[in-house]
Amino acid sequence: MASVSPSQALLLAMILFALGLAGVLARRNLVFLLMSIEIMLNAAGLAFVVAGSRWHQPDGQILFILVLTLAASEVAVGLALILRIHQRNASLDADAAAKLKG
Amino acid sequence: MPPILWLIPGLPLFGFVALYLSAGRMPHRAAAAIGVGSIGLATLLAFAFAHWFLGASLPGDVYLETAWRWITIGGFDPAVAFRLDPLSLVMMLVVTFVGFLIHLYSAEFMAKDEGYGRFFAYMNLFVAAMLTLVLADNLLVLYAGWEGVGLASYLLIGFWYRDPANGAAARKAFILTRIGDTAFIIGLFLLFHELGTLDIATLMARAHETWATGSAVANAAAALLLAGALGKSAQLPLQTWLPDAMAGPTPVSALLHAATMVTAGVYLIARTHELFELAPAVELTVAVIGAATLLLAACSALNQHDIKRILAYSTMSQIGYMFLALGVGAWTAAIFHFMTHAFFKALLFLAAGAVMMRLNDEHDIFRMGGLWRRMPVAFVSFLIGASSLAALPLVTAGFYSKDMILWGVWSSGPAGPGLWATGFVGAFITALYSFRAVFVMFFGDARRTPSGRYGWCIVAPLAVLSALALTGGFVNIPSALGNVNSFSDLLAPVLPARQEVTTASTTQALVMAATSLLVLLGVYLAYLTYIQRAQVLRRIATSSPARALAGFWFGGWGFDTLYEHIFVRPFLALARLNRNDIVDACYGGLVVASRTLNRALSRTVTGRVRAYAAWVAVGSLAALAIALFLQ
Repeated sequence: MASVSPSQALLLAMILFALGLAGVLARRNLVFLLMSIEIMLNAAGLAFVVAGSRWHQPDGQILFILVLTLAASEVAVGLALILRIHQRNASLDADAAAKLKG
Repeated sequence: MPPILWLIPGLPLFGFVALYLSAGRMPHRAAAAIGVGSIGLATLLAFAFAHWFLGASLPGDVYLETAWRWITIGGFDPAVAFRLDPLSLVMMLVVTFVGFLIHLYSAEFMAKDEGYGRFFAYMNLFVAAMLTLVLADNLLVLYAGWEGVGLASYLLIGFWYRDPANGAAARKAFILTRIGDTAFIIGLFLLFHELGTLDIATLMARAHETWATGSAVANAAAALLLAGALGKSAQLPLQTWLPDAMAGPTPVSALLHAATMVTAGVYLIARTHELFELAPAVELTVAVIGAATLLLAACSALNQHDIKRILAYSTMSQIGYMFLALGVGAWTAAIFHFMTHAFFKALLFLAAGAVMMRLNDEHDIFRMGGLWRRMPVAFVSFLIGASSLAALPLVTAGFYSKDMILWGVWSSGPAGPGLWATGFVGAFITALYSFRAVFVMFFGDARRTPSGRYGWCIVAPLAVLSALALTGGFVNIPSALGNVNSFSDLLAPVLPARQEVTTASTTQALVMAATSLLVLLGVYLAYLTYIQRAQVLRRIATSSPARALAGFWFGGWGFDTLYEHIFVRPFLALARLNRNDIVDACYGGLVVASRTLNRALSRTVTGRVRAYAAWVAVGSLAALAIALFLQ
């Protein structure tokens, strides 16, 4: 099984993170915003796994499980919020929710 | 005696509390009864104590009474204790008795004043504080009385508070004496730090054990106490408050000058004289300041028109004599002069007040004139007072005490004759200005018609004080004239005589004769100038240098102007500069800065999630960049 060098894997993580960030900054649809955040979380998880395999430690994979749990709960809360916002504003535009500011 | 010495300052204090709490709602008769009665009872008690004390022959001639322990902190446990020894006995008797006579006089003098109750309340407080001061066994209690005297004098000088000038005079007195008080309390800290106690007797004993004569610490401690005394006793350079203190009612001036307040400094130095003996340099300073003040004030008294200001400057001058005596170690002479001065100065003020009240509160002596026929009681009292002030030979009390001072100064050592010469010249000027006042006020053409008449409350104190101003000096008569020493013998346990320089008593008699002649000459000169109106003297007096000098002396040697320029103006300028409170502006700036920052940051709260995310990204990038660069 051909192994992937850590630097290549980290490059992939970086690209994924940048894509996610670009999505967060550029998209106005809340659902896409949430998905972009998921991509960023996965990029971070990938970086942990790569680091774990580089030093032959299980910590990286353990942390990935933690990130997964975090992502799941985040999606649960995020989707509930999106539903409420959609009911209120009749749109999924993130900027339309600017009235939530203090 | 039962242990009721505390009642002597206590009774006037109760009087003060009762009168003050009544807040002016008490009828005049009741206020007078409490105000005069409390001092009267204290006087009776003081005489009872004196009778018992002189018969009891206590060990060490000291009676101590501890009321309670004030505080106990570490090794510091001052007791509120009262001490009766010959020195405090004399002071206590003079303060209560003269104070009582002045209170009695005020009962009639102030009858028409709306602040009658308030007046007696403050007067009682004044006497109570002074009695605490003289009876204190402990410098801390003495200091409490000292401050009480300062407070009461402030309240009384500014008694007619509706006139802003009176308030200014009161503040001036308070602030100038406060300068001295601050030095005094620093002196107390120093003494406690070095010797570990403030109990006067222990303190003096330890000072003798610990410090060598002339050591730096002893000098510093004595100098600080001296500064306190200078403020209270209106001596150079803190003397300018006293002439302005005449803003108060006349009985206040009588009390302030005769019994309380200005003599506190004399008492303090006499009480701590053992400390001053350890500091010969400071002692000499006391004498020099006394000599300078007595001359300076006498010259100023020569030029005043206001009768109360003449008397104020004369007090300053007489206290100068007492300081001169203290400075050369003639402690007994200083206390003797304090006593006779209390009699004749109270008499002079009360007589002047009696004249003024019947001339519609006229202060200017040149608008009086020819009064001797119209108000004989005031005339005779004032004449006796002035004679005693001028130290007219043989018949007046002032003669014996001033002679004792001058002889003490003469025989005090190398600096003696020089200091004596100033006292000698001062005696001449004193005679001149006292009889100037007498001749101008009571002789010549009548210019005003007096109204009203005196009740017994005014006549009785004048009569008693006149008798004392004449005979009060017979308790101590120099050897050349009969050698009576009851007063010095009484004070000997507290104020031992310095080793007498044994000069033949003919010298003493000669010195005395010279002074007497000079005094008579002064009186004659006053007679020539103000009754005969001799042409030569007129011409000298109206020449331009004499006028310039007179103007200079009239203003008290320009000290007020000097202080105005050196201290008051710069201080006011600083205050004006700091009108907006520079320190406060720093805190104000802090408020403005945080408010501006808050407003700027508030703009970033837009509610747009994507903008927040962008800020987070930029911030993380910046943090990463910084971490990379700083690696």
